[in-house]
Amino acid sequence: MKALNKHLARIIAGGGLFIIGVFLSFNIEEQWLIFAVFLAAYIIVGGDVVLRAVKNIVRGEVFDENFLMSVATIGAFIISEYPEAVGVMLFYQIGELFQSYAVNKSRRSISELMDIRPDYANLKRGDEIIKVDPDELRIGDIILIKPGERVPLDARIITGNSTIDVSALTGESMPQEVLEGSELMSGCININGLITAEVTKKFSESMVNKILDLVENAAAKKAKTENFITRFAKYYTPVVVVLAAMISVIPPLLMSGETFTDWVYRGLTFLVISCPCALVISIPLTFFGGIGGASRKGILVKGSNYLEALSDVETVVFDKTGTLTKGVFKVQEIRPIGISTEELLEIAAYAENYSDHPISISLKQAYGKEIDDARIRDAQEIPGYGVSIIIDDKTVYVGNARLMERIKASYYIGEIGGTVVHISVEGQYVGYISIADEIKEDAATAIKLLKNSFIKRTVMLTGDKKGVGERVARQIGIDTVFAELLPGDKVAKLEELLASKSSKGKIAFVGDGINDAPVLARADVGIAMGGLGSDAAIEAADTVIMTDEPTKIWTAIKIAKRTMTIVKQNIYFILVVKFGVLALAAMGIATMWAGVLADVGVTLVAVLNASRALDVRNG
Amino acid sequence: MKKSFKLKGLDCANCASKIEDRINKLEGVVSATLNFMTTKLTIEANDDKMESIIEASRDIIKKYEPHVEMQKA
Repeated sequence: MKALNKHLARIIAGGGLFIIGVFLSFNIEEQWLIFAVFLAAYIIVGGDVVLRAVKNIVRGEVFDENFLMSVATIGAFIISEYPEAVGVMLFYQIGELFQSYAVNKSRRSISELMDIRPDYANLKRGDEIIKVDPDELRIGDIILIKPGERVPLDARIITGNSTIDVSALTGESMPQEVLEGSELMSGCININGLITAEVTKKFSESMVNKILDLVENAAAKKAKTENFITRFAKYYTPVVVVLAAMISVIPPLLMSGETFTDWVYRGLTFLVISCPCALVISIPLTFFGGIGGASRKGILVKGSNYLEALSDVETVVFDKTGTLTKGVFKVQEIRPIGISTEELLEIAAYAENYSDHPISISLKQAYGKEIDDARIRDAQEIPGYGVSIIIDDKTVYVGNARLMERIKASYYIGEIGGTVVHISVEGQYVGYISIADEIKEDAATAIKLLKNSFIKRTVMLTGDKKGVGERVARQIGIDTVFAELLPGDKVAKLEELLASKSSKGKIAFVGDGINDAPVLARADVGIAMGGLGSDAAIEAADTVIMTDEPTKIWTAIKIAKRTMTIVKQNIYFILVVKFGVLALAAMGIATMWAGVLADVGVTLVAVLNASRALDVRNG
Repeated sequence: MKKSFKLKGLDCANCASKIEDRINKLEGVVSATLNFMTTKLTIEANDDKMESIIEASRDIIKKYEPHVEMQKA
């Protein structure tokens, strides 16, 4: 801030002298006095620029902006355009001032965004509580987390229960209840209870550090647009400088009646516009803003290149289980024949008592009562069919259709959704229970949003039966289903889709990151869901969605699109203004004043526009 | 191995990209990234050359931005 103030003081002093100089030039005849006043103003305002230029030349660095500004303004002095010389330097400095102000402001909002790093941890040692740096803690250390404090490291609760705010990590405002034994993610805020917890991960491996690392290092993976800017910047300055030299010298030599003063002036105007600063500063800033803003929404994008790719996605391929469905089996339908619903469920739950299969668990959960072991005996698993068991001295068979065939019971053959369990008691068919994976609440909304906005096609891949897959797809509005796929088949299917897509469009694959890492890696953009607490998901994907909501995919694509729109606005705006002013300067229409405005003003507008990328509130 | 530094006072984006470019060209550097927004410089390099690379980087930074301080992050 001190440096900024000094800068400002110089601008004000130099600006004052500049005004006096302009006033004198209209009212007095003594040219030496006018020159002296302008020269003094110039030294106050631009002395440091000239000094830096000289130093850089000594170091062998020619085409830097200090040098170009010095040549342009000193040149103006030589051709007796004093007000231009001082004015250009003055505006340049004002621009620099505004620019560092704008950059500082964006830096502040970014560091606010990243303000999830815990400052300390309360280490419990015996009866003592000491404040330590989270970095110093080891696995197994006992920490105390007071209400209002941030969870410093990933930990498990030993005593206490509370409500925690996970919004800093997931963008989810709904607080979560935690109790003894719950895993705590670092970066969350403890809202009300006093918690004692055992550290389960070192700080460097804790969730909060992973997220920060990921966002900070995302800049390393540059987007194609950024690489273009870097290349462009490399050639732009030398080309403009050469053009400036040619324009100053050639026309007056070749054309009669043309003066050096006029053409040198045009050349100097070129020099004023020869810095690619506006592009170099605003484009990376926009990408960084987009990535930072997305992280606030619980969406981690691992690089500018992925943000760019996300904005071009035209096909979204989903894995079914755990992505569109909850991956938890639940009883969907109970259809008793000749007995009550409760009785049928009770028989099924008793029969499945000894099994830990997800289907058995869902049956026992639906029943919800204690199982009385004394009522059952002779439980026998018939692999591939189901179970036989004796409940209350009655022989019971519980299993699939083939089991019913085998015991020659007549059973319901119509179409039933999900996995079906048929039940027979003493050779008599008493009905079936169907169990299915539950579809996520917002899955259908997500597909609808995607289709309404920009996605041409949605595809679902599943290892499940065709019937199950198609039913889920119908319910949520997916276009195409490929069912009964083995894990290896999923990669092959994705390859097929990649081969048939349009050249510009990208394919995103959404999975849970646990057993679909190869597919995530193969897609143009691999998106993993449910990243909070899942290292596998964070490792495997290009983009990680911290929550379990498929609608976040839409949010991610929307943020990406918006970021790219801002990037393109900036590129076009900057190039049009710069080349426009260059052309006008060559024709002798644009003055040095226009040049410095094009240089400084454009940078400022571009930086301000770029900082919009950070703001994802209405995303 | 990887090391990161904070470049205190870095306020010129064009210089930042030049500095990044130069450090990347140093012998032994696997990759160097200079994030202008966070002012964080990350250098990945061979272990045995790390010390000399850090010194060379310090010189490069001094050359482009004399007022910038390179601090351990």
